[in-house]
Amino acid sequence: MPEESKKKILKPLKNFPLEEHIASGHRACQGCAEVLAVRHVLKAIGPEMVLAMATGCMEIISSPYPLTSWNVPWIHVAFENAAAVGSGVEAGLKALRRKGRVPDKEVTVVAMGGDGGTSDIGFQALSGMFERGHKMIYVCVDNEAYMNTGIQRSSSTPFGASTTTSPAGKMSPSGQNTSKKDMPGIAAAHNIPYVATACPSYYSDLMKKVAKAKEADGPAYLHILSVCPTGWRIPPEKAIEYGQLAVDTGIFPLYEVDHGVWKMSRKPKQLKPVADYLKGQGRYRHLDETLIAVIQKGVDEKWERLLKMTEMTGPATSEQPAQEE
Amino acid sequence: MEEIVSKPIDEITWREIEPGGVITEAGNARSYHTGSWRSLRPHYLEEKCIRCWRCYIMCPDAAISPDFTNNRMVWNYDYCKGCGICAYECPVDAIEVREEGE
Ligand SMILES: Cc1ncc(C[n+]2csc(CCOP(=O)(O)OP(=O)(O)O)c2C)c(N)n1
Ligand code: SF4
Ligand code: SF4
Ligand code: SF4
Ligand SMILES: [Mg+2]
Repeated sequence: MPEESKKKILKPLKNFPLEEHIASGHRACQGCAEVLAVRHVLKAIGPEMVLAMATGCMEIISSPYPLTSWNVPWIHVAFENAAAVGSGVEAGLKALRRKGRVPDKEVTVVAMGGDGGTSDIGFQALSGMFERGHKMIYVCVDNEAYMNTGIQRSSSTPFGASTTTSPAGKMSPSGQNTSKKDMPGIAAAHNIPYVATACPSYYSDLMKKVAKAKEADGPAYLHILSVCPTGWRIPPEKAIEYGQLAVDTGIFPLYEVDHGVWKMSRKPKQLKPVADYLKGQGRYRHLDETLIAVIQKGVDEKWERLLKMTEMTGPATSEQPAQEE
Repeated sequence: MEEIVSKPIDEITWREIEPGGVITEAGNARSYHTGSWRSLRPHYLEEKCIRCWRCYIMCPDAAISPDFTNNRMVWNYDYCKGCGICAYECPVDAIEVREEGE
């Protein structure tokens, strides 16, 4: 009897639908948090969607012919044009709806690409999609390199990471020697309705942001840090932990830009030292104290800039206590 | 979950391929069992479990599902790749990872 009463009861899960839109049997590596990000994003959108996906890990692992992991309409496009194809789907659906050729119901159009597909080769198509104002969501799943083809650096690879095309060594002690391209900042500069960063390690924040992106009155951009155990050279079971550390150290801050208003989603009183995040990752193994200090300085400066943006653009009323009376 | 009728590529002949290479069954990747990749196996310790859902939420392979009738989580070893995330993330150590076949 006391045994029974102590037993915990499995209660229905709120805001996390049970339906899977990317089926098991996909061939992502063990512990892949990029496919986990996709799983979470699709759950938050629901089945009424069309998904255009650039080539990259997520396309390769989900569609080795004659099998597909997709339970939703999915279009595989080239490396560079997910945003262009998504734009066409959105415009096409609008026209067909107007002519009464398709049912008049909400269908979310989503385009998705890796960091290479987004910040390098698909950059122009993406900018065009923002500029034309399509009502759709673009999701960048950022594992910080071209993983599908064997860990080559992209413009989203952070300073200090060793990849096969930015190997750390005598010629280049840091490995990657330029800093990570600020894609969310570039998206925000297009003055689109909604931009946010997210990480599946903080899944409920991620899912709330996807819901906002879905409701936005124009283009929305989501930049999702997607831990890749294979490319980062970490044990697969630690994929969620490294995502948390990226956020908690300020390496990958969680924030949103809603109609030009910048807002932090997580604002720890004290950021953890970046060394906590860098250690244990094979791609950062070569870093010495000097290089770690360079990374720490960059993170601190970026954090300050972000806080200033929230102060400059934020509503004067909400967060601050009333001064009058 | 509905039964999948598609077969993996090494089991189908060219005669069975649809014109244009069309795939007629959504989500038919479920016919491919990634469980064969596993070298470590998560074991569920039901007594310890506080039913918090974290393992289910964080599994990249959607290999864990709830069983409301029996008030427990269930592992689908056809798909579990043995990454160890569920065990590592469980807040009360209710999942134990052991060598496959142990
Ligand atoms: C025009 C063109 N160039 C190169 C390739 C080869 N290619 C396919 S996927 C890929 C890398 C993808 O990297 P990313 O977009 O970051 O996605 P990830 O695999 O890391 O998820 C490359 C170089 C291609 N398919 N098309
Ligand atoms: S290489 Fe990385 S991103 Fe690609 S499937 Fe493997 S773990 Fe996932
Ligand atoms: S994470 Fe652990 S405690 Fe939570 S539901 Fe899974 S097994 Fe139970
Ligand atoms: S070991 Fe990995 S794949 Fe297997 S159930 Fe746990 S989280 Fe899922
Ligand atoms: Mg990538």
